Amino acid sequence: MSLLILIMILLIGGAVAAVAAPGDNQRARLISLVTLIAALVQLALIVTGADPVQAGGSEWLIHHQSQWIPRFGISLELGLDGLSLLLVVLTLLLGLVAISASWDEIDFKPGFFQANLLWTLAGVVGVFVSLDLILFFLFWEVMLVPMYFLIAIWGHENRGYAAMKFFIFTQVSGLLLLVAMLALAHTASQTMGYYSFSYFELLGQAPSGKLGLAIMLGFFLAFTVKLPGFPFHTWLPDAHTQAPTAGSVILAGILLKTGAYGLLRFAIPLFPDASQQLAPWAMGLGAAGVVYGAVLAFGQDDFKRLVAYSSVSHMGFVLLGLYAFNQLAAQGAVMQLVAHGVSTAALFMMAGALQQRLHTRDMRKMGGLWHNAPRMGACAMFFALASLGLPGLGNFIAEFLVLAGLFATTPWLAAIAALGMITGAVYSLVMIQRAFQGVPDEERDLPDFGPRELLTMLAMVATLVWLGVYPQPVFDLAQPMLDSVGQWLPVAGGR
Amino acid sequence: MMQDIQVLSPIAVLGIGVVVLMMEVAFRRSLSMTFTITVSTLVLALLCIPWAAEAPNSQVTVLLRGDGYALLFTGIFLVGGLLTCILSPRYIASRGDEPDEYFLLLLLATMGAIVLAYATHVASLLLGLELMGVALYALIAYPDRSLLPLEAAIKYLVLSGAASAALLFGFALAYGATGALAFSDMAAALAAPESTIMLVAAAAFIFAGLGFKLSLVPFHMWTPDVYQGSPMPVTGFLAAVSKAAVFAVLLRLFVDAQLYQYDAIMRILGFVAILSMLGGNLLALLQSNLKRMLAYSSIAHMGYLLIVLIASRNAGTRALAEEAAIYYLVAYTATTIAAFSLLTFVGLKRSDQGSMDLGTLSGLFWQRPLLAGLMLVAMLSLAGIPLTAGFIGKLYLVQAGVAGSHWIMLGALVIGSSIGIYYYLRVVFYMARRPEDARVTLLEGDEALPGTLLTCALIALVLWLGIAPQPLIDYVRAIL
Repeated sequence: MSLLILIMILLIGGAVAAVAAPGDNQRARLISLVTLIAALVQLALIVTGADPVQAGGSEWLIHHQSQWIPRFGISLELGLDGLSLLLVVLTLLLGLVAISASWDEIDFKPGFFQANLLWTLAGVVGVFVSLDLILFFLFWEVMLVPMYFLIAIWGHENRGYAAMKFFIFTQVSGLLLLVAMLALAHTASQTMGYYSFSYFELLGQAPSGKLGLAIMLGFFLAFTVKLPGFPFHTWLPDAHTQAPTAGSVILAGILLKTGAYGLLRFAIPLFPDASQQLAPWAMGLGAAGVVYGAVLAFGQDDFKRLVAYSSVSHMGFVLLGLYAFNQLAAQGAVMQLVAHGVSTAALFMMAGALQQRLHTRDMRKMGGLWHNAPRMGACAMFFALASLGLPGLGNFIAEFLVLAGLFATTPWLAAIAALGMITGAVYSLVMIQRAFQGVPDEERDLPDFGPRELLTMLAMVATLVWLGVYPQPVFDLAQPMLDSVGQWLPVAGGR
Repeated sequence: MMQDIQVLSPIAVLGIGVVVLMMEVAFRRSLSMTFTITVSTLVLALLCIPWAAEAPNSQVTVLLRGDGYALLFTGIFLVGGLLTCILSPRYIASRGDEPDEYFLLLLLATMGAIVLAYATHVASLLLGLELMGVALYALIAYPDRSLLPLEAAIKYLVLSGAASAALLFGFALAYGATGALAFSDMAAALAAPESTIMLVAAAAFIFAGLGFKLSLVPFHMWTPDVYQGSPMPVTGFLAAVSKAAVFAVLLRLFVDAQLYQYDAIMRILGFVAILSMLGGNLLALLQSNLKRMLAYSSIAHMGYLLIVLIASRNAGTRALAEEAAIYYLVAYTATTIAAFSLLTFVGLKRSDQGSMDLGTLSGLFWQRPLLAGLMLVAMLSLAGIPLTAGFIGKLYLVQAGVAGSHWIMLGALVIGSSIGIYYYLRVVFYMARRPEDARVTLLEGDEALPGTLLTCALIALVLWLGIAPQPLIDYVRAIL
């Protein structure tokens, strides 16, 4: 139940913000802040008071199940293991970053803005802790609605188009997911004798042959669209560019991770055989995404668009890592989720800060900003370096592990993907060069980062350094889950 | 005898109400009194339902059967009629007319719908259909004497008349071939068909007639024009109650007469279902007029529902299919009525009648948050997003389709719903537009309070059916 309370805290906090502070930005963001802190406290209570249970071949800190729609065997089944915990913590912390990023950016209906922010977070937390397929689907779809509002109401000039595209891409793939889920439950019911959507009951129930492959593709498509994997990424640059800063932070930092989480939690363990069949294709898409995203990122003039395309490239590594079926690579993929979440969130916050100050995202109109705002320059430099995979920072660990794991299985793909690290360096440094270096415009009035922004940035800097220097805690958290995935795979992916 | 009256009590109450109303209108015209009589008749009929459900024997003659199935729909149609009735006075008043007979017609139309829900015989089917249809012709044209409603009424009259004739002819042929008029007798007679050509012709005519009433592609041409021209509350009644009533009787006919045995019928149904799902959604996509958009979207929804008839082919999935149909119909009816009543609140001046443009909803979120919030739920439910009744309905349909392995149907459903999401979401997008570019003309004051409350209750029901569907599922399973 305590996980449900965690979600309820976010939902109710959002409702309070919408009702109590319709036009008062200060009060709205305060409510939002308090809600997130309360949620973090609740999470800490859950973790400290946890009584671990064994289920589905791995250890769960907490597991709760109660009936919801017995007609279809749909239950309110929630659980938290190391992987979920990692991502929930990331979600809540990036929620704080998002609030900080939109601190005084919102002047239109701030209460409703914060409400949508919190509701989105509630949906994402729900996705990470649901163990019933339909419940998962519910959170998966419902979190889109507040996110849609964030883009459609507070977005930039082309917000309507971007919001619609984002919603439709996810919804259409979501419908496929629904059909696939029902098909899986139906085939499973023929051997079990009853309907169930419970993750643990459906493990090992996937039909073999073409049907299994088709059902798995439904899952795979939905998650890959969200990830986004090449060639389903076209919604991402638009949505990220048009969203308000906080929206971009959440979108890139957390929402993309739900796709990766879905692959790791559902698509691969539920369909071990079919996933193995698909693996070459999935890895091919991953490698294509790495290179293609990087090349497109290089060609952008829009600061936010550049960061958005870089996400496509980085998420390609996740796809590679997950489908290499290799412990090293899988650990790298999980690490990438966390590290990319933090570094991209920081870069989007930077983009938002620039937009708020300069009223443009066009890098052709920037240049020499370091001179005007040295603190911003230093932060941007740090996160650009993190994003290009500088050793000693989290992203390096992630991408290195993926490449190392991949090399053991398919060396030539590892070689292609390694190109992404070179191109990553190119576009990241070009971004810094065009925006922050060069001849400064002395006329320009550019206030530097204040204490709030600096504090947020420094916290993220510290996280990335920590992840880079001492990544073991993250590995330890994810290990049991990855072990259980390995156990479902027919060819126990070599460690 | 007493038992029969008990079973028929909702219909009987409506009948008495109609007579009383007729007398009242003849002797003393008073809008408030007419309104009170109508509302109390509908409420009284609603209150009769639990009593009617207690009757030990639900079959009354060969014509009508007041079982749980019929009573569930009776309840829905009565609520639909009630809402239409409560929304109407202000709408009509803003058009300056004598509205007394309007309420009489509304009661008659509701009664027709209920007779359809009870019908187990061709005669009662036709009676109910005509009672509802004829009342609707007049309802469409009645309140507003401008060109658009008249055009809509004439169109509906001519085309609906033709459809009824086709239906009648089809039943006559079927009678000729089988010698049966009651649905269940047909099943026995159809099991050993003697003259197949006659039966094929009969099936074609019957299907065309009912397809017209349900506005399935290719019999859908009338729908957008009639919806657009009708007064808003009547459009809601037309889209929700009359559609659901016809589908309810179609389902009964289909199951009782065991029409699922015939491959030809199933093939045609599948074809029409796919056409309706894709055609309805594609055409809805092109509309900027809200009423036309909802008209086309109702075509698509009826197309989705046909999946259920197709899934009822295998004996193993038949029960699931019926359940799915009932749940979907309940969800669709509740949502559609709510959506149209919300549109009624976005009142327009007489001259704007029919031009219910998407733009009129611009910025509704910031001017009337409650109204826009309710509309949001209605749109999400029509689009089938979780936590709404529409989602559970869609879940049921997909489940029925998966269980019967109707993958092509499911493919069409996925494509259709994907298109649907776009145009439902466009409504939400317009509502969320910043106030700078908003131009909403709303009814002033709180006089619409009862209507607002009832709509709120309906939307709450839509949410409740989406969040806790088990009670209704249990009920539906119990009555099947």
